[in-house]
Amino acid sequence: MSIPDSCRMSQTHEWHLAEGNLVTVGITQHAADELTDITYVDLPEVGSRVEPSVAFGEIESVKATSELYTAVAGTITEVNSALADRPELVNTDPFGEGWMIKVSVDDLSPLSDLMNPAAYALMIAG
Amino acid sequence: MHKTPLNHIHKQLGAKMVDFAGWEMPVLYSSILEEHRYTRSDCTLFDISHMGRLTITGGQASQLLERTCTRALGEAQVGRSYYSHICNEAGGILDDVIVSRYETHWGVVCNASNREKIVAWLNRYAADYDAQIKDTTFDTAMLAIQGPATLDLADKVLPLPVGDLKRYGFTSGKYVGMAYTVFRSGYTGEDGLEVIMPAGAVAMAWQFMVDGAKNVGAEIKPAGLGARDTLRLEAAMPLYGHELTEEIDSISAGHRWCIDLTKDFIGAKAMRAVDEQGPERTLVGLRLAGKRAARQGQAILDASGRAVGTITSGSFSPTLETPIALGYVEPAVDEPGTALQVDIRGTHAEAQVVPLPFYKREQP
Repeated sequence: MSIPDSCRMSQTHEWHLAEGNLVTVGITQHAADELTDITYVDLPEVGSRVEPSVAFGEIESVKATSELYTAVAGTITEVNSALADRPELVNTDPFGEGWMIKVSVDDLSPLSDLMNPAAYALMIAG
Repeated sequence: MHKTPLNHIHKQLGAKMVDFAGWEMPVLYSSILEEHRYTRSDCTLFDISHMGRLTITGGQASQLLERTCTRALGEAQVGRSYYSHICNEAGGILDDVIVSRYETHWGVVCNASNREKIVAWLNRYAADYDAQIKDTTFDTAMLAIQGPATLDLADKVLPLPVGDLKRYGFTSGKYVGMAYTVFRSGYTGEDGLEVIMPAGAVAMAWQFMVDGAKNVGAEIKPAGLGARDTLRLEAAMPLYGHELTEEIDSISAGHRWCIDLTKDFIGAKAMRAVDEQGPERTLVGLRLAGKRAARQGQAILDASGRAVGTITSGSFSPTLETPIALGYVEPAVDEPGTALQVDIRGTHAEAQVVPLPFYKREQP
């Protein structure tokens, strides 16, 4: 599956898509495949603050639980409520219907430190 | 890492491989949930060649096994397999094994993680008897075929006489010169078979079964260790390193049924004391509210928040569609219906003690 051109990926496999100062965050297909069948996604409330290095949530599969991180700081404006009943959307459509949070970000500069699709593809291949 | 003779087939099938007990094994081929469900509805094929396979020979092989195994084996019949624990002097569980009585010898199948430990243990005591241990693990391979469609398919596809096999019965034979043994047993809670054959024959046997099923309009799908774990958990079958360890005795582990306290096996004295006084903790099944799974090591609390035990295994149950778990608790809170909680990374999830197993297949 190819990653949308404008996505930027962190080392921990979260993708970030900026539209103005609104950044949508999710995890990549590679990360979803590593987790295998996802059974639960724990997301924060609208209005909460997020920042790098502080897990904003957790994602659980049949096998394991992982923490979720963003590379940007800001306030959550929207949370994907579809994942409560259908966590498997993260496996089937991680860049589309499996999106997790939308963040209103003041400083977009951290996004330039992230990997573009080509760089990310290299990282997961290596 | 060791590799089973099917390693290349797993990779060809696109399996995700992991290190399990020092063996490179498939954890899944398509999805744990799919492989789990297909086992419950149809028929799946597992490579379980990593498990230890030992042969015990000698005039006093049965005495050696009576001494080291908790199970009463004196009346063991040829062609039958028996689940047993092997314990140390303190009654701590060294492994859970399947002991099989053949015409001329005994077979022991043990956990991959304990193979070397059990071989050393049995060899140590074999010095006292006319008994010899042979580790045949690397010369042989083992497959599990599990699911309600298995026996019917086996009848049609396999050149093996399985029609009359009773549960835990086994039969040996030869097919195109290849010696095999097929057992009506498994670790999934479904009906099924487990087959031991020479290492050099298993790749052909795997393909033979898969193709044979297609030829009769059925499909046997491969299943990995991920599904093996969720299946055994639903069936409340213990996993060494989780429910069974050297720090637990067989009675506390809820396995009094496989212990013969009247005989003098290693650990019997300690076990009798537990039996008299009652175990300090008991193994229970928990059904959790919500969707988060409990995991090994997490604390079990009573309704007031006091710690009463620890989770040994937990996962989302594909069949029950709810998280389930096994754990040890104080006997005072082990009654089914008791409301408890599990500390899942700081959040307290509600849980209820339920009778085991979580899932039982319909008996025909």
